[in-house]
Amino acid sequence: METSGKISPKPGDVLLMVGTMKGLFLLSSISTRTRWKVSGPHFTGQVVYALAYDGRAGKQRIWAAPQSWFYGTVLSHSDDFGVNWSVPETANIKFPEDTVLSLKQIWQIEPGLDEEPDVLYCGVEPASLFKSTDAGETWSLVRGLHDHPHRPRWEPGGGGLCLHTILLHPTDRNKMYVAISTGGVYRTDDGGSTWRAVNKGVIADFLPDKYPEFGQCVHKVAMHPSQPDRLFLQNHGGLFRSFNGGESWEDMANGVPSDFGFPIVAHPNDPDTFYIVPLDSEMRCVPEAKLRVYRTQDAGKTWKPLMRGLPQKEAYETILRDGMTADQLDPAGIYFGTRSGKIYGSANNGNSWKLILDDLPPVTCVKTAVIGGEIHTKRTTRKKKPLRTTRKGK
Amino acid sequence: MQATFIIPGPLREFADGQSDVVISATATTVGQALSLLWEQYPALKDRIMTEQGKVRQHINIFVGEENIKYTGGLQTMINDVNEVYIIPAVSGGVD
Repeated sequence: METSGKISPKPGDVLLMVGTMKGLFLLSSISTRTRWKVSGPHFTGQVVYALAYDGRAGKQRIWAAPQSWFYGTVLSHSDDFGVNWSVPETANIKFPEDTVLSLKQIWQIEPGLDEEPDVLYCGVEPASLFKSTDAGETWSLVRGLHDHPHRPRWEPGGGGLCLHTILLHPTDRNKMYVAISTGGVYRTDDGGSTWRAVNKGVIADFLPDKYPEFGQCVHKVAMHPSQPDRLFLQNHGGLFRSFNGGESWEDMANGVPSDFGFPIVAHPNDPDTFYIVPLDSEMRCVPEAKLRVYRTQDAGKTWKPLMRGLPQKEAYETILRDGMTADQLDPAGIYFGTRSGKIYGSANNGNSWKLILDDLPPVTCVKTAVIGGEIHTKRTTRKKKPLRTTRKGK
Repeated sequence: MQATFIIPGPLREFADGQSDVVISATATTVGQALSLLWEQYPALKDRIMTEQGKVRQHINIFVGEENIKYTGGLQTMINDVNEVYIIPAVSGGVD
């Protein structure tokens, strides 16, 4: 592992962004993904649960949501891979006064579609969705979801009452999904004006009614952009898939040692391939202390363990909901980070793994991008907005 | 009335690097004095207060040696000689 104060990935290189309980680390590698340069920590001492890379319209922008235990959370961005970060004068995401709510944490940052290069979404705690239409300069609460009659009855899960998943339909800008723990999956077909719960068949085994309309503790949902009506869901107990845009779900926990876990990740090139890391539901560590990623290559009919290069004894590891990701290369790079501060990566679709980095603070979030090689293809040109106040370094 | 705010280290970059900021105006309460502080250094506001106007959970404000939690909150009166301390709470031990 090469370390340096900064990284300067070139087009075609892979960027790996690692959020931890104590700051952000940035890694880069050429496309072989065998040697990594590391920069960080950025936002020293702050927890970073949400990260995104925005390569639309020629940008090379990293978004991060550092949260200070004392001073709250802001969205910050860097256009030079972490050398400078924007420092918003005022908190850029705020609940309006009439909501009587205060932002606790930003859980998800999701760039919009390619044809809307200035659109961004954020999922936050308490569970709400915010949208920006000016490249993150200003943000608005998505009232359609906030005003949903179910909202007062959503309950916090172990991580808080968070909106942690945002899935955009790749061709229909009116259609998107969000997932809330605990609230379940919600879908809009009109650009966010109205939302409906789409949880039929997803279990909530901690409630008297095991299959309620809403209230499920959904941990993560994944979609492959070429099959946007097929959703794959890691539940708090249960693995589910839907082939009809969430209208109904069916169990797909076939051959996994536990149906409890947090992340679920789509392969970038194969819409039938997804990855999970099952956890023991009591201990919240990998079963039998054997670190194994499970992969389906037939859209959830069967799951097989991937363990080459991963420790198979005394590995009391936990991977959180945003702790796993996939790059867009072929073969795909799959990466995950653990609560014990390890980053593992595979450069061959998960067939074999290597330890990339160790001894980090607990890992909360891992995201990746191929520089200049985003899956977004329909680019538009727009004048880049200047950075606001910036500061050097961390 | 005059109040001297003692700014915690991590927030001094938002107050021109100063550790002490003197507010000289007609403030009689902590809340009024803070409003004047925000006028001078607006970036401090969201880092000390929530968007609902409450002091953040892990920040304490002392007038002299008294934590305003126990003396009337933002309505606590300030005296001419008071120093107002903005202090991160002792909130360690998590992760």
